Amino acid sequence: MKAWEMPATMVAEMVREGSLSAVEYVSKILERAEETEPRINAYITLLKEQALRRAEEVDRTVARGEDPGRLAGVAVAVKDNIAVRGVENTCGSRILKGYRPPFNATVVEKLLREGAVIIGKTNMDEFAMGSTTETSAYGPTRNPWNPERVPGGSSGGSGAALAAGSATLALGSDTGGSIRCPAAYTGTYGLKPTYGAVSRYGLVPYANSLEQIGPMARNTADLALLYSVIVGHDPRDSTSLRDSDTRLAHVEHIDPSRLRIGVIRELVEDPVDPRVSRAVWSVLSKLESMGASVEEVSLPLVEYALPAYYIIAMAEASSNLARYDGTRYGFRAPGATWEEMVVETRTRGFGWEVKRRIMLGSFILSAGYVEQYYVKALRVRSAVRRALLELLSKHHVLAGATMPIPAPRLGERIRDPLLLYTMDVATVLANLAGIPALNTPADVVDGAPVGAQFMGPPMGEPLLLGVSRLVEEATRFRDEVVQP
Amino acid sequence: MKAVIGLEIHVQMTSLKTKLFCSCPADYRGAPPNTHVCPVCLGLPGALPVVNMEAVKKAIMLALALNCRWVAEKVVFSRKHYFYPDLPKNYQITQFKGGGGMPIAEDGYLELEMGGDVRRVRIRRINIEEDPGRLVYTEGDITSSPEVLIDYNRSGIALLEIVTEPDISSPREARVFLEKLRAIIEYLDIADLDLEGAMRVDANISLPGGSRVEVKNIGSIKEVEKALSYEMVRQKSLLSRGTRVDRETRHWDPVRGVTRPLRVKEEEEDYRYFPDPDLPPIPLPRELVDAAAALLPELPDARMRRFVEDHGLRREIAYALAMDKRLANFYEETLKYYWAPRTTAVMLAVDYLGFLEKNKLRMGEDRLTPKLLAKLVRLVDEEVITPEQGKHLLFRVAREGVDPEEVVEREGLRALRSEDELRTIVRRVVEANPKAVSDAARNPRAVNFLVGRVMKETQGRAEPRLVRRLVVEELRRRGVRVEA
Repeated sequence: MKAWEMPATMVAEMVREGSLSAVEYVSKILERAEETEPRINAYITLLKEQALRRAEEVDRTVARGEDPGRLAGVAVAVKDNIAVRGVENTCGSRILKGYRPPFNATVVEKLLREGAVIIGKTNMDEFAMGSTTETSAYGPTRNPWNPERVPGGSSGGSGAALAAGSATLALGSDTGGSIRCPAAYTGTYGLKPTYGAVSRYGLVPYANSLEQIGPMARNTADLALLYSVIVGHDPRDSTSLRDSDTRLAHVEHIDPSRLRIGVIRELVEDPVDPRVSRAVWSVLSKLESMGASVEEVSLPLVEYALPAYYIIAMAEASSNLARYDGTRYGFRAPGATWEEMVVETRTRGFGWEVKRRIMLGSFILSAGYVEQYYVKALRVRSAVRRALLELLSKHHVLAGATMPIPAPRLGERIRDPLLLYTMDVATVLANLAGIPALNTPADVVDGAPVGAQFMGPPMGEPLLLGVSRLVEEATRFRDEVVQP
Repeated sequence: MKAVIGLEIHVQMTSLKTKLFCSCPADYRGAPPNTHVCPVCLGLPGALPVVNMEAVKKAIMLALALNCRWVAEKVVFSRKHYFYPDLPKNYQITQFKGGGGMPIAEDGYLELEMGGDVRRVRIRRINIEEDPGRLVYTEGDITSSPEVLIDYNRSGIALLEIVTEPDISSPREARVFLEKLRAIIEYLDIADLDLEGAMRVDANISLPGGSRVEVKNIGSIKEVEKALSYEMVRQKSLLSRGTRVDRETRHWDPVRGVTRPLRVKEEEEDYRYFPDPDLPPIPLPRELVDAAAALLPELPDARMRRFVEDHGLRREIAYALAMDKRLANFYEETLKYYWAPRTTAVMLAVDYLGFLEKNKLRMGEDRLTPKLLAKLVRLVDEEVITPEQGKHLLFRVAREGVDPEEVVEREGLRALRSEDELRTIVRRVVEANPKAVSDAARNPRAVNFLVGRVMKETQGRAEPRLVRRLVVEELRRRGVRVEA
């Protein structure tokens, strides 16, 4: 087995017992990245020397007879909207060019404490606004399965790095599907945690009330391992749940014959692409044949969820992105006065999708419209949450497609924002409701994977991870590294 | 002519150890620029605010002290958006009624005594919010400086915003209101308002027939009275000439003693308020508010009443003491050493304050202590020295920290030590004062009187304690039951 194909659990175990040198393994991953990056562009920053130095440190720790931690030596890719001290933090935007945070995100601290090697910062849609990783100011990321197609987004760099073997684990962030979407299109496993389970401290905000950092991996055990490291209460994040680590950091053993799955009809029927639906049903029928009960349910609110999601996300985004003005850090355009400098910086520093969302968000929050749009969207959000919790009181998990269409070709969706936004129809539900949701690979369509989505009750991660393991056993879709 | 005046007061909670949303020290005065900063108060992307609960506690205490009939059932922070270089996020975290947000308290009042009348000034609301940073003009001011530097040390300092209804009818009343508010804030240990910039006032004033004029950012209570007086004269003269008084915002120039137009608002600014998604509402159970109520210290009004009723002080003296927490504490501390409330009160409220003012000193910058003052008061009270001598001695004690008893002894007021000689005089005084002798059993003051007489006979040279003992002995010898 090649180093870049190894599961994280194996790497960590071998490094810990001294049978694998972290330096040797990390060198291989870097070699692989050198080879695949020209075609894939998964990374904005690849931390070559820093990663090797870190790997040496891990090897020395092992040599001293000490335990470097549960992620000993494992190469983890970190999405470029998560702060790593001293490493450029662009969020895929020109406006943050050159900004190096003086602090680590809480999840990064946790990775380092467990011996992980941060291999680089991955490409993403600008400020996580997009589902294709095409809005990045640093060029699009291509899907390693089929470089004509997008890897999904916004955590497209993280998904592509896993599929290409230039990382063993990856962190993404999910505001409306940004982990599950690239997981679906790159044939990987991706978990959007319960809101508040993982600290957002150090995650550059797009829409604070919706997003979570989450793990991405090539198999369920790796996914659970990474999740167990990053989950947990953080006093620096006021939206962080208490005691979430002890409750959420394990994979529940599931007896399939007792598992009740509700399939959300709206997420497997028209307008969902029949090829995607077929793939989802094939996964579900495998679970059924293992003894699970699979029942169709309806969620008519799906139609309202998407506009509500975009209203809330854009409102919060317009506020969050106000701070990028060239005064303190990042890109600064020249200007005769401060006002001129700010206008010029924001005009040149932001891409068109970001500007669109800032403008719409500002409009949504303006006096006279805030009730009509924002407050109404919050009501829809509560209704969606209630409806999902109601369904989850009858079914252990809810299932459907992750993405309504197979991976589009580059440029296919990006021109029409409405077409782009409808890609998120199935994923935004979990963000609105704050519940955990996960993508498992389902099948390959037109040379690129499509995924199945499972949603669980709040704190239902152990259950979802258990279901993921069942799916993985049924599909045998695991540890897929492709040659781009 | 009666004016209609409303005030908006910003008070820095200087007694807090840390800023409102991070653990940077709140005491930024005198620190080199941008040294009391962190990712949170610099608004770096990904840093998250955490509410300083001490600030919330103090705000609730103030709300209760200001008789607020409505205290929020939850603490909600909202974002107020505007672009300005001193505002690192380009939004200020504050409180706002609307869209789910609310102030910490509403609907209170403060009673003032104005020339025998009790006036009630209603409090519209109290907010908690963060202070922006500070702009530093290298040359001249905002209009002339070629460059502007920004110091973010002040960024994130906790502020209370107190807004009154337009219930104030004269500049003097505004001053009395602010003095009382200041006393309450100091009693609640919220702030030391002598610190530069700790209290900033915006004052709205209109005269019958004129529009409302706002005078922004007045730095002290005295300046508020001056600025409002200036505005009254200005507006009156405009109106008497038949000129309109326009609605406008003006700036108070304390150096020239005039207000000047600041800017003409072309349109209402839209701050796009919405509840901060990084700060979930904090429930304020009624028990917590009740507990805070139970913790309220004695407030200036109650203390003044006690000084009048229990100590027998004159109202004006009691008011002067009670309105100055440190002075009132000093007074009560002094009484612990020697109980002579009236002498002590007059020495503090008249002589001592006069001394401080004359020497431009603040309490604590001189060397007077309660213990030294008590000795001094006793010397006066026992008529060892005259009140006039006492006053001069007070100045010396405050300046030099000398022991008044030692000074009296050293400088001509040396005690007459021969007990035989003194006994003769004592006997003579006692025989000459039969009424005092008969009073002595009931009234220790009669003893004091006799002691005083003896002191006089000795031209102040006797050691008062000795005289006292001899007087008591003489009285007891004559069958009068007196305490030693």
